[in-house]
Amino acid sequence: MNIVVLVKQVPDTWAERKLKDADGTLDRASVDGLINELDEYAIEEGLQIAEAQREAGADAEVTIMTMGPEKAAESIRKALSMGADKAVHLLDDGLAGSDALSTSYALAQVLSQTGFDLVICGSESTDARMGVMAAMLAERLGVPQVSLASKVAIDGSSVRIRRVSEDGYFEVESTLPAVISVVEKINEPRYPSFKGIMAAKKKPVQTMSLADAGIDPALVGLGGAATEVVDHTQRPPRQAGTVVKDEGDGGVKVAEFLAAQKFI
Amino acid sequence: MAEILVLAEHVGEDVKKVTLELITLARRFGEPSVAWTGPGAEQGQARCAEYGAARMYVADDTAFDDFVVAPAAALLAQLVGEKSPALVLLAGTAQGKEVAGRLAVKIDSGVLTDAVDLQPGDDGPVAEQSIFGGATIVHSRVRRGTPIVAMRPNAVAPEPEAGAAEISPVSLAGEATGARVTNRVVAERSERPDLTEASIVVSGGRGTGGAEGFGIIEQLADALGAAVGASRAVTDAGWYPHQFQVGQTGKTVSPQLYMAIGISGAIQHRAGMQTSKTIIAVNKDPEAPIFELADFGVVGDLFKVVPQLLEEIGKRR
Repeated sequence: MNIVVLVKQVPDTWAERKLKDADGTLDRASVDGLINELDEYAIEEGLQIAEAQREAGADAEVTIMTMGPEKAAESIRKALSMGADKAVHLLDDGLAGSDALSTSYALAQVLSQTGFDLVICGSESTDARMGVMAAMLAERLGVPQVSLASKVAIDGSSVRIRRVSEDGYFEVESTLPAVISVVEKINEPRYPSFKGIMAAKKKPVQTMSLADAGIDPALVGLGGAATEVVDHTQRPPRQAGTVVKDEGDGGVKVAEFLAAQKFI
Repeated sequence: MAEILVLAEHVGEDVKKVTLELITLARRFGEPSVAWTGPGAEQGQARCAEYGAARMYVADDTAFDDFVVAPAAALLAQLVGEKSPALVLLAGTAQGKEVAGRLAVKIDSGVLTDAVDLQPGDDGPVAEQSIFGGATIVHSRVRRGTPIVAMRPNAVAPEPEAGAAEISPVSLAGEATGARVTNRVVAERSERPDLTEASIVVSGGRGTGGAEGFGIIEQLADALGAAVGASRAVTDAGWYPHQFQVGQTGKTVSPQLYMAIGISGAIQHRAGMQTSKTIIAVNKDPEAPIFELADFGVVGDLFKVVPQLLEEIGKRR
């Protein structure tokens, strides 16, 4: 089974994140990057599925696929050290500034080349937080979308998931190949072992350019994006509110505030 | 007048509040047309009319229940092709965003999600988004195709205005395929409003000390007719179910009033609630970052402050 896990390197949530003044794109160079947290669950799920397949006597391979600048290689290494077998890094200056639509096009082009039985990704990234990639890829690749999974079971050539909904969950099934997105807490992502870290250094990472992947440069990057940033500003700090120390009347004070604001 | 397409979110015949918000918003840009998937349109018609929907395209097809996301996107693509709307509006729920994403690919148009406002501009609608945990405000627009915008619930207040909401049946072209829904499990449904739609959210954090202590959060929520939220510390510890987590990896809420009780307010949490209109915090640590956001804060023991607050609310009824 050919399992491809999509991994995005994102700026550390704890760092100060900025958009560049020139073009409104994310300033990725100035902050530390790490694997998008939800993608760690995707990697773990991919590894677990591969392990189960191998136990059942089937072949299985986990490929990490990343689109991003040179720096994203760190995240690829980490994913490999968790236990993935190999990686593909779509790396080309022409990709900078791509929006979700053009990113899905680029990834779909690479996936069509590498082939896949399962594509697994996190349900959203902590930087853009759009939550559209699994849906877009399923649409582009013409395969079922089994997204927002809190539980995944592979059975021969079909997949069954629990899809979280606003008020519970759906049980959803489809044939393979398919695109899966996973939500937080689907599993407990493993930490890379020392052995894993050493082994990762020898694992193959294939770098692909736009030309290698057959991607039309006009459809990606800032020029190919279907959306654009008009302007961006730092949110002015919220008007400093009133903070009082509870002197035995804290609850009354809150009630007075709520009443003044007409909430009660 | 330009036609604006709105995908209705509804549970059977009950039109969700976010749909009324979208219809209200659509009126800024033209004449709202509602796309209705599945049954219940006749019963939902009055509600859509009340908020100014001019017409409703109703596709009463079982495909919408049987298959995930794809049929709704197919219907919208079909309607975009036939009616050439100036704008497509969806709810920025997890599912709404997925429909928006598939639609964007189908009609090769730009998509913007989690908009907290949308205003007419010289080159089409301009969406306001609040990113990086609310620290940065971005205005974006779509520059290719028919703009598709998924709005964060509570972004606009629904305002009534009479409309005809004339029903026009449409049939979904093509056969639905993809991932099939085999079962739906609805969690024990409380009387509380949906977390993402609620006007008031009361959230509890680590300060509640455990599942038992969290009960006081539910009590306060019920006294205010609010939804219950929780910080990640709480859901990670299993004190409260995961689906109620507010924060970067959980739900994003934007209510009129957000009460953070025993929550320190780490960036992870702030990402999910920073656009709330009014914020109240109760925390025993005066250094807790949540106080930087709070319109009103009390430094104190939540187990003293909240019971007293409950008593006060009771007195004022």
